[in-house]
Amino acid sequence: MKTTSDNPLLEAEKWKKSGLGVAMATVVETWGSAPRPLGSNMVIDEVGRFFGSVSGGCVEGDVIAAAMDVIETGQPQMLEFGVAHEMAWRAGLACGGKIAVYVEPII
Amino acid sequence: MKLDDLEKLNEQRVRRLACVTVTELSTGYTRLVLEKDAAKDGLAGSILHALAANKSTMIEIEGAKFFLCVHMPSVCILILGAVHISQALAPMAHLADFDVTIIDPRTAFATSERFPDIKLVTDWPDEALLKLGLDRYTAFVALTHDPKIDDMGLAIALKSECFYIGALGSRKSHAKRQERLHDLGFSGAETDLIRAPVGLNIGAISPAEIAVSILSEIIAALRVERVALKGREGQSLRVADHA
Repeated sequence: MKTTSDNPLLEAEKWKKSGLGVAMATVVETWGSAPRPLGSNMVIDEVGRFFGSVSGGCVEGDVIAAAMDVIETGQPQMLEFGVAHEMAWRAGLACGGKIAVYVEPII
Repeated sequence: MKLDDLEKLNEQRVRRLACVTVTELSTGYTRLVLEKDAAKDGLAGSILHALAANKSTMIEIEGAKFFLCVHMPSVCILILGAVHISQALAPMAHLADFDVTIIDPRTAFATSERFPDIKLVTDWPDEALLKLGLDRYTAFVALTHDPKIDDMGLAIALKSECFYIGALGSRKSHAKRQERLHDLGFSGAETDLIRAPVGLNIGAISPAEIAVSILSEIIAALRVERVALKGREGQSLRVADHA
């Protein structure tokens, strides 16, 4: 199976047209070393299916949770993730970088 | 983003055109700017810069933050020659997110058994390349090792906008190839654009290893050299020939 960074937006269009609520997450700011460049996309549907990525996998869980909220309220959200604390419960970036992820609904 | 804009954005990619989405972060309002309209946009300067550098960016205007997200078409690799190296190169390139097409008029080579799930075109290169097109998001690599097929493809690639041209063959056979191309009217500067022996020098021996070296060279051309052209420090990764 191929995981493509190219297809999330096509997937989002398909999902939305099939009547599902869809949110799109985009890396909009990075500080220090970040796993995915600015503009990287991940798309999420109302049942939590997702495609693409915004990090090496460290923060996707939190982004999906926020996306559920964004789909429900129709309001965009800005999420920031910083350096991971080994014992922290919240998602963080093990690489030591910091990223901001903008989550918006497809309307 | 509006579904309308998302639809248009995806359509631009299919038509192999670049575009930018502009999101005002305080309001969440997102709009789509096509490359052809960029120059007359209110944020023309920043948008054109982002497009030229192929880099998404955050800008701030009078305290308001805007995110400019650059959407480029997928990068194509056109492989001339349905040969053993291509059997490794095509699936690797596909896995690395490139849009791969193999061209070979020899139908005994270009079979779907040898190349499952890969686009195959069995026309001669002149016809095939005319149909497929070689735009600035395309890499071309000639691997048949048969001058009458490779030269025909290279002659077309040299006149195109494609960002990478590679050709299989030792230094000696490349020198002969350059002579033939000079006879066709190409200058030395033009034939110097052909990367031969093809691929980065990683000491590749097997067809699959050579495929890795070719794919690496294409990625370097796309990422390092294009950046270097924009005035940032980048260094050529080519060392010596391996063939």
